Order: sequence, then structure tokens, then C-alpha cells
Amino acid sequence: MSRIADFIGVSARENVEKALAKARENEAFHALLSLTEDRALERAAKVDAGEITGRLAGVPFIAKDNFLTLGGTTTAASKFLENFSAPLQATAIEKLEAEGAICIGKANLDAFAHGGSTENSAFGPTKNAHDQERVAGGSSGGSAVAVALDMVPFALGTDTGGSIRQPASYNGVVGMKPTYGTVSRYGVVAMASSTDTIGVLSATAEDAELVMDILSGRDRKDMTTLPDFFAPTALSEPKRIGVIKEFMTDDVDPEVRVRVSEYIEGLKAKGHTVEEVSLPMVKYALAIYYIVVPAEVSSNLGRYDGVRYGKRAEATSLSEVYGLSRDQGFMPENKRRIMIGSYVLSSGFFDAYYLKAQKARTLLIDEFNKIFESFDAIVGPVAPTPAFKLGENTEDPVKMYLADIMTVPASLAGLPAISAPAGKTEAGLPVGVQFIGPRMSDATLLALARQGEV
Amino acid sequence: MTQISTDDVHHLAQLSSLQLGDAEAEELRVDLEHILGYIEQLSELNTEGVEPTYQVTDLHNVWRDDSIDDYGIGREELLALAPDADKNQIKVPKVL
Repeated sequence: MSRIADFIGVSARENVEKALAKARENEAFHALLSLTEDRALERAAKVDAGEITGRLAGVPFIAKDNFLTLGGTTTAASKFLENFSAPLQATAIEKLEAEGAICIGKANLDAFAHGGSTENSAFGPTKNAHDQERVAGGSSGGSAVAVALDMVPFALGTDTGGSIRQPASYNGVVGMKPTYGTVSRYGVVAMASSTDTIGVLSATAEDAELVMDILSGRDRKDMTTLPDFFAPTALSEPKRIGVIKEFMTDDVDPEVRVRVSEYIEGLKAKGHTVEEVSLPMVKYALAIYYIVVPAEVSSNLGRYDGVRYGKRAEATSLSEVYGLSRDQGFMPENKRRIMIGSYVLSSGFFDAYYLKAQKARTLLIDEFNKIFESFDAIVGPVAPTPAFKLGENTEDPVKMYLADIMTVPASLAGLPAISAPAGKTEAGLPVGVQFIGPRMSDATLLALARQGEV
Repeated sequence: MTQISTDDVHHLAQLSSLQLGDAEAEELRVDLEHILGYIEQLSELNTEGVEPTYQVTDLHNVWRDDSIDDYGIGREELLALAPDADKNQIKVPKVL
């Protein structure tokens, strides 16, 4: 199944105009922060004139607003970059444009991608595509809602601890977080360098496969990229799939468990071998994550100083430029993470927190490696509940972090993981199922998700 | 459980170059204490003799030619991004 196919071989201008019209009709969801209309129409004219060709010729898409793009602003949903127009484009955008795709707008996110609900956006939250009183998930909430509302057939997102998979699950779309290093991060606002990945949210797994095929590969501008290993694959033989015991306990919403169990029954019916597996270290994954990631965040966000770009606060000395620009430019969640990072990296606490977490991370990775000696993939829910209500978790940061408990393990281990739709609750809220595989098994996970759609 | 004092918050804010207001500092104090309370559960884990993981690519020393590449961006474009610039230099208020 492909939604992208519907946009190929027809007028690019019409594709773009329809996408822009749909974006405007759905403004109430606040999925987008800006439209790149002029540039999109210019590119559409070139596609229609045959000047630009490729596998995505004339296909409209949306980029999360932490990808640098030409033709408008890149804000990272922050006051800091509210008026920032990038002088260059992310490699991911360049690669899609080289295949004829057309970016029509920029999607809302939690500021600097810190969050799991898109409520931390400096410009207001995005609303869930299926219930406007509920969160979109995050941090790629705008991208997920834009795809769920069919404004575009695919959108780019970033996933550091679940930021593609969790909103995909909350909105009933496919969300692919590739193996760490698969896609160049050049030109994307950095969050946590040891787990940041770039991936895609799409209507179908086949669409995600095509976009991943285009995005993957080594980039001399990002030295952490892996040589291109991605090649779409079909499932030639039944797979050995493990069900993560720790993700199917009574702590998980009963309706989520039922939908995921039904999906797993479907895997058995298709001939796959399914067995329960145990990953005791996942219990600690969230604690590891909220030490390692803030440490890297505090370092990566040091660049926002009000000196070279972004918003500078009124100040009478240089230290005030730093202190006030950062106080005014960051959201509370950004500050929490920066300060936790400063804490765990300070002398006296470094060994007890940061070093301890990096050692625990090794234990988690060892557990995954052991399981993948006997299994091709493991499966479970994406999040413990369906989309929660707007405002429900904003008072307590730890409660908000718990929504990431099932997605951070794969991030810490650099593993590929995909969120695929697994039906809805009685109330009509989407539930996602997550596959996690060994490094560079991305195409196999997509093939499993494709099979589940038929 | 770790207690975070107002002084601790101001020290962390200083390390982080954040000039916080007083009300904001108190809110952050409560949040930080809560977050640290959660992540402290790692202390129950035995990690003796375990090597830390710093990266997950398995890549080592990726070399490139020692040649200049401006990545297609010029000095003028970069200077134009600065809130205040003059004669090829970025301007800031006095340091001391």
C-alpha cells in the first residue's frame, strides 16, 4: 500500500495546492508552524516543466521545524530561533529535493525536541488528529498529525528517545526510527548526539521504506553516518519474534495490551514464531536516558548564547547576553534538561550519575545483543497508554517522561524501531505496536510492518 | 533522596549560563529534586567491572582529506545571522 503513489505522475502544482489547502483547513490542530508556499510552488513549476525528476517528483511533504530548510524559518519551536532563517538545508531535505519531493511546511514540536506531547512548543501545543482534547504526542507531534490528517503522505521527524514512534502511535500512522547513523543529521538542530536519529512518519510502511531508501547513506558532513546498508526487502521466510514481557504487564493500559496482543496473534497466523522474552534492564532504561540525554543536551545547547545567531536579550554586559538570552529563549523543559545535565556532569557527581548511567547502558545493550542471538525482532507496545489529555502531565515532568518508557531502550542501544498502527481503543484512539530489531535490520522491520497492513 | 537547595539551583543555573528569576528558580528546584529522585534508582544496580558505552556506531576515527570545504556557505551569510555585526566582526556588549 502506498499513499505516495497517488501523488506521482500528476500535476505537482495541484499536489502542492491541495496540500496547502488541507493544511489551512486543519489549522485548528496547530500541526504546522509555517508554510513554505512560495518555494513549494516554484519547485512544483519546475517539476511540471520536467526540470526536476526523481522517485518523489511532485510529492509534497512536511519537515519537523528542527530541520534547516530554505524558503522560511526554522524555529525548533523556540523563542530563541523564532525569526531564524537558515542559510543552508539539512542533508535529509537536500536528498528528498534531489528526488523531486516538495516541502510545503514546517511542523510543530516540543521546543528543541524536548518532550513527549508537543505541549512544550513555545507557540502552543498540537492537538491529536483523533481527539482535539488530547495530545499529539511528541516531540514530532506536528509531523504525526499532519500525516494522520492526510495533509501530506509523509513527514520528516527526529527521534532521540521515541519522538517519532510515540506520536506515530498516538495518531495512527507509521513511524520509523532507523539504526543510529543511518541518516545524516547535518543541518538538524542537535539534541543528544549519541541517540539523535532522523526518520520518517508516513501513511504506510511501504511509503516509509521508499523515503528511508532515499535518506540513508554516508554523508561527509556527518561523520557518524554509516555506509549505506539499507535495501528494501521482502520476508522470504518466517521470523523469530520475541514479545517483551516487561512491556505487557498490568501497568500497561488494558486496551493497549489487547490491541498489541491481537497484532501478535496476526504475526503467528502469518507463520512467524512468537515467544515471550525478558529484558530486565528495560526497567532502568528511562533512568539511564534521563542522565545521558540531559548531559548531552546541556552541552549541545551551549551554542545558543545570543551572540552568533538567534534572539539576543537586551543586556549591558556579555554575561547578561548569555544569561538573559538563554533564560528568555528556552522553555522550562529545556532549562530542566540543561540543569540536570550540568548536575550529572559536575565534579563530585560525575561518577555516581553519568559514568554509572553509561555503564548501565552497556548492560542494557548486552541484554539486547543476547536476545538477538535467538530472535530476528522483538515486539511490544510503543507507549503504555493511548494519547493522554492536554495538560494531564504538564505539572509533573517525571510523569511526562514515563510516556517514553518503552521507546528509550532502543534509542540508548542505537537500534532500529518502528511504530505501526494496531487498531483503536473503544473511544477511537489509535494504538501502535513497536518492532525493535538488531542494528541495520531496518528493512526487515519495515517488511514486518508492511505485512501487518495487508 | 537528594535535596536541592535554592543555592544549588543558582549554582546549576550559573554553570548553565541561565539567569533565572526567583519564582522560576523555585519551580525548577522542585522539578530537579523530583527528576533526581527518579534517576537515583540506578544506584541499586551493580555495575562493577562494566565498561561504559559512549557511542553506538562501532565507527572509529573516520578520516577525511585535510582540505578546505566551506559547505557552500559564505562568511557574509553567517555574519548576517548575528544580532549585531560590524566590519566582519560580531559585536557584543562590554565583557567586564
